[in-house]
Amino acid sequence: MQLALWQSIPFACILLPLGSAAMTSVLRGRAARYWTTLVLCAEVVLSAVFVGLMHRFGGSYTYMMGHYPAPWGNEIRAGLLEAVTALFFSLIMLLSLLGGLKKIDEHILKDKVSLYYVMLLLLSSALMAQVYTNDIFTAYVFLEIMTLSACSLIAARNRGRTLVAATRYMIMNLVGSGLFLLGIILLYDLTGHLLMSNIKEAVAQLHATGEYQMPLTVVVALISIGLSIKSALFPFHTWVPDAYGYTTPTSSAVLSSLVSKGYIFLLIKIMYRVIGLDVIASTRLPNVLFVFALLGMIMGSLSAIRQTDIRRMIAYSSVAQIGYVYMGIGLGTDAGMIAAVFHIFSHAMCKSMLFLAAGGLADASGNSKKFHDLWGSAYRSPIAGVAFTVGALSMIGFPFIGGFNSKLYFAMAAVQTGGTRMLLVLAALVISTWLNTLYFMKTVITIYRQPRPDVSYSVEKGQRGFCFNASLLCFTAANICLGLFAHVITDAITRGLAIFG
Amino acid sequence: MARIRPEYERSWWPRFKRWVLEGSGALDEHMREDVTADASAYAVPQAAGDRTEELREQALQNEQETYDHLRVWSATSGRKWLARLYRLLAIIICLGVIAVLLVTASYLPPYGSPDNPVHNEVSQRYIEQGMEETGAVNIVAGMILDYRAFDTLGESNVLFVAACSVLILMRITSERDEATAQLEMEAEDRGFEPKNDRILQAAASFLVPLILMFGAYVILNGHISPGGGFSGGAVMGAGLILYLNAFGFKKTERFFRFRTFQVVSLCALTFYAVSKTYSFFTGANHLASFITPGTPGRIFSAGLIPYLNIAVGLVVCCTMYAFYTLFRKGDM
Repeated sequence: MQLALWQSIPFACILLPLGSAAMTSVLRGRAARYWTTLVLCAEVVLSAVFVGLMHRFGGSYTYMMGHYPAPWGNEIRAGLLEAVTALFFSLIMLLSLLGGLKKIDEHILKDKVSLYYVMLLLLSSALMAQVYTNDIFTAYVFLEIMTLSACSLIAARNRGRTLVAATRYMIMNLVGSGLFLLGIILLYDLTGHLLMSNIKEAVAQLHATGEYQMPLTVVVALISIGLSIKSALFPFHTWVPDAYGYTTPTSSAVLSSLVSKGYIFLLIKIMYRVIGLDVIASTRLPNVLFVFALLGMIMGSLSAIRQTDIRRMIAYSSVAQIGYVYMGIGLGTDAGMIAAVFHIFSHAMCKSMLFLAAGGLADASGNSKKFHDLWGSAYRSPIAGVAFTVGALSMIGFPFIGGFNSKLYFAMAAVQTGGTRMLLVLAALVISTWLNTLYFMKTVITIYRQPRPDVSYSVEKGQRGFCFNASLLCFTAANICLGLFAHVITDAITRGLAIFG
Repeated sequence: MARIRPEYERSWWPRFKRWVLEGSGALDEHMREDVTADASAYAVPQAAGDRTEELREQALQNEQETYDHLRVWSATSGRKWLARLYRLLAIIICLGVIAVLLVTASYLPPYGSPDNPVHNEVSQRYIEQGMEETGAVNIVAGMILDYRAFDTLGESNVLFVAACSVLILMRITSERDEATAQLEMEAEDRGFEPKNDRILQAAASFLVPLILMFGAYVILNGHISPGGGFSGGAVMGAGLILYLNAFGFKKTERFFRFRTFQVVSLCALTFYAVSKTYSFFTGANHLASFITPGTPGRIFSAGLIPYLNIAVGLVVCCTMYAFYTLFRKGDM
């Protein structure tokens, strides 16, 4: 089949940052920054064009990476869902970088800034590869790149606390990678393939004949546990607050909104394209994920309430939100999956904005992230204040902002499922919303209080420059768009998921 | 049969009832007691103040004691118990995972059996047509650098990421003046040259050229005989490390500095990415490519494979050497 030129866009999205990463390492700080921004901009533009074209194209297609067809060579595959995800991921990556540019220069030693940009580029390339790949081993290779680069994004701000956080992050993530790798090896042993679609055929056959039931269950468990450790599902979330709480804001934004979501996207892809939803359902694994997701929603919020540090609070709130996504996956229905994917987008958009805005607020309060220093910080840094408020409202589920729609979709999916699950989901949603309101509204009220009379801040009005403001405004607009035009996104997700398997 | 309970009035239900009916709480009760017990205290407001103050202090002291007790307990025996529990749970979970994996392994297809699922058309084509299609006698090289070159591109970038991470963590930057840097170096002894060991030097001057040559051979013949970029690069890196240990930083810095590392890995990775971009692009779009397999067995054959092997070998060699110097000295 002859491919049109535009169908090479996914390939370009992977290779462009990968190729330019090595080059960035020899550039000096400022040049590296411009070059990285340029590459990420190009990626956003390419992805946006690609979404438009895929929308018209309709189906999905495979793209050979080399001269050999799929089971022998590598292959990537693109459909509407992949295109939309790639657009979201690259857009968030670009905006997070722009929002934290000043802080990067401040937090990272001058000689090492270009290495930081190398890590960002490699991370975005790995994310793209994760989104588009049709080969499970390629997924593993790029998962390794993601793990390592995410780890040094944390450690780049060379302070004691971040080093400990990075070490812990690496240990937990390597355990996750190890389990995932074991799962892949067993799967290869059972099916003899690494290409996703071929594995699915073989697994369906095994499932039909009832052969190798037990190892197959173990494979499903290993892969899902590995990926849920990496994406911080509830009992494995202990590395989250340190990892997200002390690095430079761009790292926190990227880690919380992209890296963990990349792993979840991979899990969804494996469920649809590698194992198959009915085989997964027969192992009863979604039920386990569902239970832990519900626990995570509550426990994450409870921990968030107890924090006195704004960034740690946001980090714990991520744990709760990851719980939402896994709850959608655990429902095991198409509607639940659509809600989960939508929540991946809305939460990624919102959480990165919250981290950047919290950075801005802390900056306007003498670099303190404690609540009692943040009194009135929204007056000193108005745009960060507005962005934080919008983000907080989205987290709570205020109408017309992204978070409301995801809660609505989760509730609708639960009502369609019926039974005990419906009750559990609805109860968890209510409790979690209530807890979210408790701690996010507390923060919003804190930042809009009258400033403490006894403290004066040397930072003049928290002006963080054009890039920061522009990025936060873009984020705010994007979140409101997600609230107002959610049906467009879910429409695309529904169509994409239909041809995803 | 009902019993008369003398303490009934003080038990929780009557107190609750009183609290609801009369709105009296613990404070009122105290005050009533005060009135009955010590009328004189009630008569003089000053003394009543002292009394409440005393009570408050008593309560505070009690609270402090409880708190101290809890803190000491959690810091000593509590922590010990927790650590024991943690260790026990860790062992149980590990044993559980091991047991599950062992049981799983017993259910897997038997090792080496010809009708295993892994013996399918994929490996068949690699083995039967691999040499013809890729031009590499070493079919492993053909698989990793031609059939599945995309994975290997990722894998060489994993190495690059690892090197950059170590650089971010370990490299001592030059953001201070020369004198303090010198002082710090002496204090931390990382700047010391290795000991002038004659035996080591003699052995190294004999071995290093051989090792480097062997590494180069393994890399260059990667498509003909077992070996390739990864293994040959590791051999060459080991040779460089031996040289460094025998002769010290001053000698190696004549030909290998940080800039060398940057330039070499940049060139190798860029060559890899650009050439493979060309090959992927032509392959996917079914365009004619000027890269041909050539005659298997020749040194200039197998299309891009020997060049990619060189690129991978350089990256691996530089990364190994960089790891060593960064951990040893903090710089190159």
